[in-house]
Amino acid sequence: MDFLRPASWEEALAAKAAHPAAVPIAGGTDVMVEINFDHRRPEHLLDLNRVGELSEWEVGDETVRLGASVPYSRVMDSLRAELPGLALASHTVASPQIRNRGGVGGNLGTASPAGDAHPALLAAGAEVEAESVRGSRRIPIDAFYTGVKRNALEPDELIRAVHVKKATGPQQYSKVGTRNAMVIAVCAFGLALHPESRTVRTGIGSAAPTPVRAQAAEEFLNAALEEAGLWDSGAPLPPSVAARFAELASGACNPIDDVRGTAKYRRHAIGVLARRQLGWTWEQYRGAHNLEGAA
Amino acid sequence: MRVNFTVNGRRQEADDVWEGESLLYVLRERMGLPGSKNACEQGECGSCTVRLDGVPVCSCLVAAGQAEGRDVVTVEGLADYAVERELAAAGAPDDGPEGGVAPDRGGNGHHGTPLDAAKRWQARPGLPSDSLTGEGMPLSPVQQAFIDAGAVQCGFCTPGLLVAADEMLEHNPSPTDADIREALSGNLCRCTGYEKILDAVRLAAARQGEGN
Repeated sequence: MDFLRPASWEEALAAKAAHPAAVPIAGGTDVMVEINFDHRRPEHLLDLNRVGELSEWEVGDETVRLGASVPYSRVMDSLRAELPGLALASHTVASPQIRNRGGVGGNLGTASPAGDAHPALLAAGAEVEAESVRGSRRIPIDAFYTGVKRNALEPDELIRAVHVKKATGPQQYSKVGTRNAMVIAVCAFGLALHPESRTVRTGIGSAAPTPVRAQAAEEFLNAALEEAGLWDSGAPLPPSVAARFAELASGACNPIDDVRGTAKYRRHAIGVLARRQLGWTWEQYRGAHNLEGAA
Repeated sequence: MRVNFTVNGRRQEADDVWEGESLLYVLRERMGLPGSKNACEQGECGSCTVRLDGVPVCSCLVAAGQAEGRDVVTVEGLADYAVERELAAAGAPDDGPEGGVAPDRGGNGHHGTPLDAAKRWQARPGLPSDSLTGEGMPLSPVQQAFIDAGAVQCGFCTPGLLVAADEMLEHNPSPTDADIREALSGNLCRCTGYEKILDAVRLAAARQGEGN
């Protein structure tokens, strides 16, 4: 095994081009487990810790450019206002020790259906900035997950950053597990209201071969909110709308039975999470909306 | 490969390190520092917790090569680390006659814990010590609190808990119970049921408050 230690992003891209099978390692919270358990013996480990820019972020007008290695603990501490869904998701990751090392780039690279960041990224709307010596491209998050632990990256590409849309409305994220820490999601759900475009977006984790959006549920809710003029009136959501939204979110799942839970349970739980989160976020939206109206 | 890094304030060098080796393995098997425990090797249990550039991490998930040039504090160096933190907070001068000199953690001065001393930490020659009371041993306040509160049973999880608790108290001197639970949520103990551990951290926090 070789340990490659590029000191800059350019060196990292060159190393990945020279050794496309090299396994990038940043926080190490996925890669080292596989090495410790002898599940993986890559010929080259590509250490990205010395590429300082990967641990930085920039808050722009409409998006946050989040460096691939920014640890979850930084997202929680510093980006709660801009990326509330992702900050909530980050807080559900494992433990403080893991959150101090792991970051969204690694979650995307591993592309596990159970990765905690994915539902939040899907709900907020995001693009993955991938780069190789051949050039840079932005991969829409909806097109990024291509299979169980598979993603749209080419062998010579590295994830440099993820561009996440800044919140313009309430966002929520919940995860089902047996305790509050150190849990691989039984299932997870994220919801973001986007009042500026009058749309909602969702993300489902651990309930399909890849992280997915509940598109039918989104379309139903978008139409229901529009037809009743609820974005403008800030009126309460009819319970029948919330119930149908939950049903459609449940229907977007394509889960399996495994040690963490049954397919039936996952479908049910996603429906519950969807209904609750819609209630929480809509009440939050109404509160802010009606306060604005009163001012 | 060779890895150079700072352990408990002293520069160290490890040779013949396998590229896939963890920082934990280097600390235990190459530096002779078995304080950080090896249990789950997947970041679940926290018993290998160390500070990497001040940040608590699972050393089993840090590749040895990633520690190159960086600063590691293990449980063996916790007492000395606490002393230096006190000195720094008090703005106390270093050994020199002039004040305001930052302690040279990498140098050969009086700071840091030499590897030999760290290896012998459990029973320092020439010092009457009692591991049941902590008497005669160099202990950090949080270590003393664990002993006084009876927070140690089999002791396997203790080093990781000490490093995690010490780090929390460093930036959160008066934690709520929720803060303590959160800070220690990545450290598993299979003996105590955690109550005595919570007592110990509350005790350390209270003593820290009295001291200030």
